[in-house]
Amino acid sequence: MMNKLIFGRYIPGDSIIHRLDPRTKLLMSFYFIGIIFLANNWQSYLFLAVFTFIAILLSKINLGFFLRGVRPLLWLIIFTVALQMFFTSGGEVYWQWGIFRLTEFGVINGIFIFCRFVLIIFISTLLTLSTPPLALSDAIEAILRPLKVIKFPVHEISLMLSIALRFVPTLMDETEKIMNAQRARGVDFGEGSIVQKMKAIVPLLIPLFVSSFNRAEDLATAMEARGYQGGDGRTKYRILHWQVKDTLTVIVFVFVTIGLVWLKN
Amino acid sequence: MVMDIRFEQVDFTYQPNSPFEQRVLFDLDFQIKDGSYHALVGHTGSGKSTILQHLNALLKPTKGTVTIGDRVITPTTNNKNLKPLRKKVGIVFQFPESQLFEETVAKDIMFGPKNFGVSEEDAAKLAEEYIELVGLPLETLKKSPFDLSGGQMRRVAIAGVLAMEPEVLVLDEPTAGLDPQGRREMMAMFAHLQKEKQLTIVLVTHLMDDVADFADYVTVLEKGRVVKQGTPNDVFQDVAWLEEKQLGVPTAAAFAKRLQEKGWTFNELPLTAEALAKVILTKEGLAHDE
Repeated sequence: MMNKLIFGRYIPGDSIIHRLDPRTKLLMSFYFIGIIFLANNWQSYLFLAVFTFIAILLSKINLGFFLRGVRPLLWLIIFTVALQMFFTSGGEVYWQWGIFRLTEFGVINGIFIFCRFVLIIFISTLLTLSTPPLALSDAIEAILRPLKVIKFPVHEISLMLSIALRFVPTLMDETEKIMNAQRARGVDFGEGSIVQKMKAIVPLLIPLFVSSFNRAEDLATAMEARGYQGGDGRTKYRILHWQVKDTLTVIVFVFVTIGLVWLKN
Repeated sequence: MVMDIRFEQVDFTYQPNSPFEQRVLFDLDFQIKDGSYHALVGHTGSGKSTILQHLNALLKPTKGTVTIGDRVITPTTNNKNLKPLRKKVGIVFQFPESQLFEETVAKDIMFGPKNFGVSEEDAAKLAEEYIELVGLPLETLKKSPFDLSGGQMRRVAIAGVLAMEPEVLVLDEPTAGLDPQGRREMMAMFAHLQKEKQLTIVLVTHLMDDVADFADYVTVLEKGRVVKQGTPNDVFQDVAWLEEKQLGVPTAAAFAKRLQEKGWTFNELPLTAEALAKVILTKEGLAHDE
């Protein structure tokens, strides 16, 4: 069930995209999502699509993964695109039925929104597929570090983040295990009315919470026993290195932005 | 009813047709006879746990058929209507204490039976019966399962599965993490239960002593394939083979093997401490006669 989620998974690989600094990847992904909103005509969308496609090719990750990443969000996309198509007025009217109206602008807007969705999903899937979760949390810590000036608990947040990321698969396994154990005791998950379905979750949820509490206690004890006393005065084992290819990536993005501004209306 | 369990050319693949595809069972053929005490041994990753989940259709084979009593599970079997099967095959998973959730021990033990349509009163009776069987006092029933010690929680969880009164009892390392006395008591209880209620027991374990002491039949698995099967006597005679596979040998057999190297002769290696003692005593007796 949960194994179907592609979004947010990491696929080990050794491509130029994999080897980029996670800070670069994270910042540039956000930046890309930002500049997608600049695009407003065919040329600019095509330009961004080509750029995304090249990035995907460079990562050497099977294109199927990206398509699968879109699948869970398909209904949301269709819903939004349909809303745009039927309720945008302006331009030539192709078809009308009550308040539903298919217009030239509506169709164009719908297609643009579709492109936007797909590009955003592709680029964020590319980020998570090519970056190990721990590297991502390192990157977030590094990016948040300036906030220390305003007393933002950067170390604590990043510690929680890396522990949380580390335990996602463990908790998934645990969930699966408890589900199976309760199934063997006669629980039907996801069957019957909505009330029955919710009731069936209780024998899963309580053990999960209890085991999370126990796990947290054990982990805290183990951390203290190993001399953890908080963030001050700690050294780092994983150190991020900014390399030439990261600078190049930023330069590429500068050119992409210039190109985009030149292409848009 | 006869509850033979038959695996016929069973293949199983996790997440088929995905990039994370992983095949774990390969053309598996074996049988668990009704009323027998059957041990499954093998390294971690040999597919034991996957096989366990086939025994009550938590997983369905990707190819081949699993026959459980009169139910045939094929890759296309519908997920509906599996409850009768799950009542007949009770599984005690590894570290079953993590499945406890109710407010009181009594309610938790009654949870299984009630899911299978047993009435409230009958379920309460079952809870009383089985809490004593697993060696806990009746007062425990009123406590919260989360106030108990780890070992007691384990017993409650096992009582919860036993209370479903399954015909086949599947045990996945039921004694892992228990103290030696608890382990002995637990294993003796299962053996007793099997004789008394003519249960079929399927035991997954790494403890070869338990296999030698209790099992009628052993299946040795390696990388999703059966590599050896037979009675413990057949399987454990070949100590060198077991050592090469790093599967472990019953303590008594290992000791007998060392005696053999010192010049003793055995018709066949004794597997349990009692059998070994008997052999040694008769030999000593013979020595006195001479």
